[in-house]
Amino acid sequence: MKLVKTLLASSALTVTAGAVSAQDMANEMTLVSWGGAYQASQVKAYVEPYLEMHPEVKITWDESSAEAVAKLRAMNEAGNVTWDLVDAVASDSMRLCDEGLAEELNHDEVLAAAPDGTSASEDFGDLLVSDCFVPQIVYSTTFGYRTDLVGAEAPTTVCDIFDLEKFPGKRALQKRPIDNMEWALYCDGVAKDELYEVMGTDEGVERGLAKLDTIKDQVVWWTAGAETPQLLADGEVVMGSTFNGRLFSAIAEQNQPIEMLWDMQSFDLDGWVVPAGLPEDRKARVMDFLKFATDTQRLADQAKYISYGPARKSSAPLVGNHEELGIEMAPHMPTDPANASNVHVYDYEWWADNRDDLNAKFEAWLAK
Amino acid sequence: MSDMTDTSGPVLAADGTPLKRSLAKALRRQKLRALLLISPLLLFILVSFILPIADMLYRSVDNKIVVQTLPRTVQALSDWDADSGQLPEEAVFAAMAADLKEAAAAKTHTKVGSRLNYENPGMSSIFRKTGRNAKKFDIEAGGPWKEALIEMNDDWADPDVWRTIQTYSPPTTAGYFLNAVDMRVGPDGAEMRPESEQIYMNLLKRTLWMSLFITFSCIVLAYPVAWILANLPTRQSNLLMILVLLPFWTSLLVRTSAWKILLQQQGVINDVLVWIGLVSDDARLVIINNQFGTIVAMTHILLPFMILPMYSVMQTIPPTYLRAAKSLGATDWTAFWRVYFPQTIPGIGAGSILVFILAIGYYITPALVGGTKGTFISNQIAFHISTSLNWGLASALGAILLAVVLVLYWAYDKIVGIDNVKLG
Repeated sequence: MKLVKTLLASSALTVTAGAVSAQDMANEMTLVSWGGAYQASQVKAYVEPYLEMHPEVKITWDESSAEAVAKLRAMNEAGNVTWDLVDAVASDSMRLCDEGLAEELNHDEVLAAAPDGTSASEDFGDLLVSDCFVPQIVYSTTFGYRTDLVGAEAPTTVCDIFDLEKFPGKRALQKRPIDNMEWALYCDGVAKDELYEVMGTDEGVERGLAKLDTIKDQVVWWTAGAETPQLLADGEVVMGSTFNGRLFSAIAEQNQPIEMLWDMQSFDLDGWVVPAGLPEDRKARVMDFLKFATDTQRLADQAKYISYGPARKSSAPLVGNHEELGIEMAPHMPTDPANASNVHVYDYEWWADNRDDLNAKFEAWLAK
Repeated sequence: MSDMTDTSGPVLAADGTPLKRSLAKALRRQKLRALLLISPLLLFILVSFILPIADMLYRSVDNKIVVQTLPRTVQALSDWDADSGQLPEEAVFAAMAADLKEAAAAKTHTKVGSRLNYENPGMSSIFRKTGRNAKKFDIEAGGPWKEALIEMNDDWADPDVWRTIQTYSPPTTAGYFLNAVDMRVGPDGAEMRPESEQIYMNLLKRTLWMSLFITFSCIVLAYPVAWILANLPTRQSNLLMILVLLPFWTSLLVRTSAWKILLQQQGVINDVLVWIGLVSDDARLVIINNQFGTIVAMTHILLPFMILPMYSVMQTIPPTYLRAAKSLGATDWTAFWRVYFPQTIPGIGAGSILVFILAIGYYITPALVGGTKGTFISNQIAFHISTSLNWGLASALGAILLAVVLVLYWAYDKIVGIDNVKLG
C-alpha cells in the first residue's frame, strides 16, 4: 500500500491527485503576477520546468497583481473570470476569500507534502493565513540607507529613522498606515506585543501619528516598490523602506552604495490564489500546476533568482547560490537568523478590520 | 356663407386627408428613419457607456446585501430600541444564528461583514470568526443563542454592533454619500466626522481649485503658441505642430517620470540652479511632491488640449481684420483686444472645458508627483476601487464629482454660452 502511494506521488507530475486525468485538463492557463524580477523568478523556477513536462500547455501572463482584487471582483460580477491563478499578497488573499472570490482549499489535499512526508499544512505552518491562500515566499518591508550619505555612523535600529538629529536628510516611507504606524509606536516606546492593543484606541492612533509628525517634513511617500531604490540611487533620500528584494537588486546587481537595515523588518507573504468557480477542466489544470509549483524543490529554486525566502520550512536548507551572480543567497533572505533577530509580524486580522478606518485617519493626517 | 365655411375648414392634401396630418406622418417617417440610422451607435452608447455608469452610480446607494444575507435578523431587529443601551432579545440572536448558518453555507457571511466593516471597524472579523462554526449550528437545539454567540465572540455583547446592523439594514443607504462628504450616521442622525477623519471635502476643494489653476496656466501658455502656429507660413507651422503633438504621442508615465527627474531636489533644475549659484547646495528648492509639482506636470501634459482648439479657431480669423483695424487708426493693443481677442474666445472656451474636465479626473500624475498635498479626489476614488474595494464609497465620490462638473458646465453655459464654443 505504501509502495503504491509513493508510486502515485512520484507520478503526480503527470497525473494530478484525485481522479482527474490529463485529458480532462484545459491546456491553456492565464497566470497573474507582478511582472519584473519577481515574475521572472517564477518563470525560471517553476513555469519553464512545468512546460517542459507538459509541452501541450500554453501559459499567458497578466501583470495585474497590484489590482488583482478589484479586477477579479469585476470579472466575477461580469460572470467571465479569465484568470486561472492569481499571485497576491496575503492581505489581498484574505479580502478575496471574504468576498467569496477565491476558492477555499484543503491545503493537505491539494499541495504536495514535504520530501520527508511532513504534511503541507505543517510544512507551511503559520504562514497559511487564509483558507484561500498558498504562500510562495516570505518577503519583508525593510529599510535601506546610503552608506555615503548617512554620516560616519550607520543606523542600527529602526528608530534611527525617527532620529533627525543623528541622521538628517529625507527618508522614503510607503504611503499607507500599515508598518509605518507600528514602527512609529514601537519607537515611541510601545512594546512589540502591545502594538495592536495600543493602535486599537483613538489615543494610540494619535500617538503613532504624532510620532510620524516629527519627521513628516522630511518624508517622501512612495507608492510603488521601485521608487525607494531610485530615490536612494539619486540621493533624494538618505534612507527609505521598500521590499527587501528591491534593495537586494540595488545592492548586489547594481552595486549601489546602499546597505540593508534589517531591524524591525516587517514580514509579509505573497502567494497563489485560485479564483472561485472555475470550470472543471481549467481548475484541474490549475491544481496540477499549483501542486508542482509549490513543492519543496520549486520554492527553493525560486530563491536562486530573487532574495525572498521560501514559504516552506523544508525548502530552507535547499536554498543555494544566486543563478547569475553566484553569491550565496541565504544571508540575503529576510528569514536568515542574522537578519531576523528583531522582526515585526503584522497582524492580518487586525488590519483587515481596521484598515479602512486607519486609512481615513492617515489620509486626513497626510493632508494636514 | 358657404364660401366662408370652405376656407375655414382644414386644408386637404391630394388624397383627401387633412394636410397637417399627412405632413406630420411624413415627418414622423423621416424622424424614424433618422433614428434607425443612428440606432446602432445609440444602442452601443447605451450598453457600453450609459448603463455601466448608471450601474456604478446605483452602487452609491445600494445596500441590499444586508437584508438579503440577514433577512431574519433585520426583521427581528426592526423593533429593537438602539438607544436603550440593552442588548436585543434572544429572538434576535436566534435569527442571527439562523441567518449566519445559511450565509456561511453560501459563503456570503464575510461579504456582509466587509460591508458593515466600512461603517464600524471590527465587524468584518466578527462575521468571519463566527462564520467559521456557523455551518454546524443546530438552530433548534443549540440555543439559547444569546449566550452561545457571545461565548463564541464577545463582540456580540456590544450593543453598537447591533446598532450598526439595524442602521444599515434598509435596502438603500445614504451612508456612502454621507461618508463622501465627511459625515456619518451618529446616534442622533447625520453628523460631521471628527476632524481627524475628514478628507473628502478638502480634497474636492483642492481638486477644483488646482484644476482651475491648471486650466488658467494652460490658457496663458497656449495662447501665444497657438497664435504663432496660426500665423506662420504653413511649412514652419507644420514643423512646430509636430513639436506640439510629439509629447502627445509619448506615454503619460514617461512624461510624468521625466518631470520627476527634472524637478527633484537632486534633479536637473536644482543642479543647474546650484551650479550657476542661484541657490546654495543645502537649500535646494522643493518643487516636486507638492502642489507645485502637480500643477507643472499637469499643465505640460494637458497643454496640447488647449493649443489645438485655440489654433483651429485662430486659423479661421482672416488677418485682414487686424490690418483693417490698424488702418482705421487702432493701436496694436486695441486692434488685438477689441478685434482679434473676441474672435478667439470660442477656442479658449473649448480648450478650457477640455482641459478642466480632463484635469478634474486625473489621478496618475498627481499620485506620482503630488506628494501629500498635491493629490486629487480621483486618487481616493482609485484607492477605493482597487485597494479598499469600497465601491459604494467610490461611486458616491464619483457621483459627487460628476454632479460638480455638470453644475460647472451649466454655469459656463449661463455665463459664456455653450454655443460660443468652437473646435474650429
